Amino acid sequence: MQTLIFRTTAPFLAALMILFSIFVTLRGHNDPGGGFIGGLIAASAFMMYGIAAGVQYVRRALYFHPISVAAFGLVLSATSGILSLFEAQPFMTSQWTFPTIMGVEVAISTPMFFDIGVYLVVMGSLTSIALKLEEE
Amino acid sequence: MAGNADNAVDFAAGMLVAPTSAVDWLIVAPTLITIIGGASLVMLRYQAKWHGYLTCFFLAMLVVVDAILLARVMEHGPLTMTMGRWMPPFGISLVVDALGALMALISAVVALTVCVYSLADISVTSTRFGFYPSLLWMMTGITGSFLTGDIFNLYVWFEVMLISSFGLLIVDGERVQIDGAVKYAVLNLMATTLFLVTTGYLYGAVGSLNMADIAVRLREMPAGAAPMGTIATLYLLAFSMKAAAFPVNFWLPASYHTPKIAVSAIFAGLLTKVGVYALIRTLVLVMPEGRDLLSDVIAWIAALTMIFGAIGALAQNDVRRSFGFLVVGGIGSSMVGVAVGTEDAITGAILYAVNSILVMTALYLAFGILMRKNGGKYNLADLGGGYKASSWLSILFLALVFAASGLPPFSGFWPKLILVEASLKEGYGWLAFAVLLSGFITTIAMGRIWAHAFWRGGPIGTVDGRDAAPLYTLSSVVRHRVFVPVMALVAMIVYIGVNPSPVFSVSQYGASTLLKPDHYIAAVFGPVAAQRTVMNEDHATAEGQEDAGAAKSRGPNSNRANSNRANSNRANSNREGAH
Repeated sequence: MQTLIFRTTAPFLAALMILFSIFVTLRGHNDPGGGFIGGLIAASAFMMYGIAAGVQYVRRALYFHPISVAAFGLVLSATSGILSLFEAQPFMTSQWTFPTIMGVEVAISTPMFFDIGVYLVVMGSLTSIALKLEEE
Repeated sequence: MAGNADNAVDFAAGMLVAPTSAVDWLIVAPTLITIIGGASLVMLRYQAKWHGYLTCFFLAMLVVVDAILLARVMEHGPLTMTMGRWMPPFGISLVVDALGALMALISAVVALTVCVYSLADISVTSTRFGFYPSLLWMMTGITGSFLTGDIFNLYVWFEVMLISSFGLLIVDGERVQIDGAVKYAVLNLMATTLFLVTTGYLYGAVGSLNMADIAVRLREMPAGAAPMGTIATLYLLAFSMKAAAFPVNFWLPASYHTPKIAVSAIFAGLLTKVGVYALIRTLVLVMPEGRDLLSDVIAWIAALTMIFGAIGALAQNDVRRSFGFLVVGGIGSSMVGVAVGTEDAITGAILYAVNSILVMTALYLAFGILMRKNGGKYNLADLGGGYKASSWLSILFLALVFAASGLPPFSGFWPKLILVEASLKEGYGWLAFAVLLSGFITTIAMGRIWAHAFWRGGPIGTVDGRDAAPLYTLSSVVRHRVFVPVMALVAMIVYIGVNPSPVFSVSQYGASTLLKPDHYIAAVFGPVAAQRTVMNEDHATAEGQEDAGAAKSRGPNSNRANSNRANSNRANSNREGAH
């Protein structure tokens, strides 16, 4: 797959796909999308970049080992449910806050962090598997 | 949502508004500790030398939390917490009763002892491949299964347990391990799929997944309104496969001898008992009608499993396989309790499960010590000289032999006594005979292993005690790490054998909650009923205001509030998907 065109466009495509995956993840709260599908898109971006450029570049670009990223996602998802402890509510009760950042009201919530955790778990574990397979 | 003051939402209609005390968080703490613990170990994957100690620390925390939970259940009755404040039966409830808390505590204790043993048994390579995170996540699945009050959630925890156990099975990546793992995986995946299909069927018939709610609805339904016979039979088949009961038990002796002995020990102790637990939970608490229909079938399965397990244990020459058959036999004894179904019988089943968890784990661990000493031999013909090499080990092993055979004064005696008595009382004389017969054959099988491995001086073909190669002695660090867990387990077995009343009273309380689930149901639906009463009173006193409030909350300025609510709903379903 080492054609010149593919190798040149792959970094741009991968960057676009990761941006899109973040968009899909955040959009998922109200519309179709979410952490799982976002993670899949991000993982396929890394897979594609790995096919085009070689696995070692993907590993360097990721900096952290993909499995560690997945584990961090799991911790993030689990802890997002714990915040309700301080509100005397059961586990996983969603907490919302609406701060105004630069004149725009932004909804920040624990379900969002849960979804980001799912994103990281899916992205990390699938990237880990794919990179291992591409190395073989 | 709570932070947004201008959007008034009537939470009380769909959510529990009463504050949750921090103590109730103990119900979710066991799963959280193990999930977060496992994930942080994966993040620390380059510090493999700390994994073992950190895992022991997390498991010690788990033991403490489970112990407090059990103490609270004994004091206050069943405890419950429904995720995300959604009103049961719509939210996922975690419900802890005496049975669940007892099983969770015993499994945490066993996991802790196995973890200490693993410090000596598990190589750095296996640690890098993720032995300890898998162990912690398997405990997540097991504890979650014991603590959940939702039958679909039970399926999810089964999957968590299953996937982590695959990791543990193949952690060394040897050919024979992959072979064992394939047999294990295929049958267990079939069992969980069957479990899922049956759950779908049950949901279609009853319209609920919350165990307490199903129990209520089934008791209110006219007889024959739901196909209880089919559903109960399917559950029986699915959980029998998981528990390795007679016709579907062949995967267990074929796979449990392949991994490291620490892994075999925890598998033998815990995994099959989760199947038994699920069987007790579904057939006794949720659908007693199904259990009544099937009691004769279960009795036959139990008897055949016991006899078959004992004969299999007698027939094997590989000691680890022989233990595998013993696990199968123990499952049969627990199922006797389910078949008879009186309070005494179920108490006996719970007690036997506790005894079997402790004894099977300790047996594998103790035999692991002998294998360390003789250079990894496991065939009866090659064993010998154990007593000469370590009299301590042979005494510990003998205690386990007695406990596994159900002889006094060890923990195996009391549950068998209770089961025999309960069977005789209910007119199941032949079942009582099967219990005693299987105990007799087990005694021969276990005595044979002890005599060959410890009593005689050397392997077959050597003159007794003369030409046999001496066994290795262990360095003091290894000796402590392998002997302390076995000694702790044997101490518990002896304690339960000499003073059975604490465990007996907990089991009896668990059995009575299962048979008369009023407290269990009240624990789940009590808060809902209380809230409804308060709401109705409010409604009566301030009818006008209520209407105005309701109109306002449906008014134009509260679009966000409504969509938020829909969103949380979605988030909830995402959560299920994410599991």
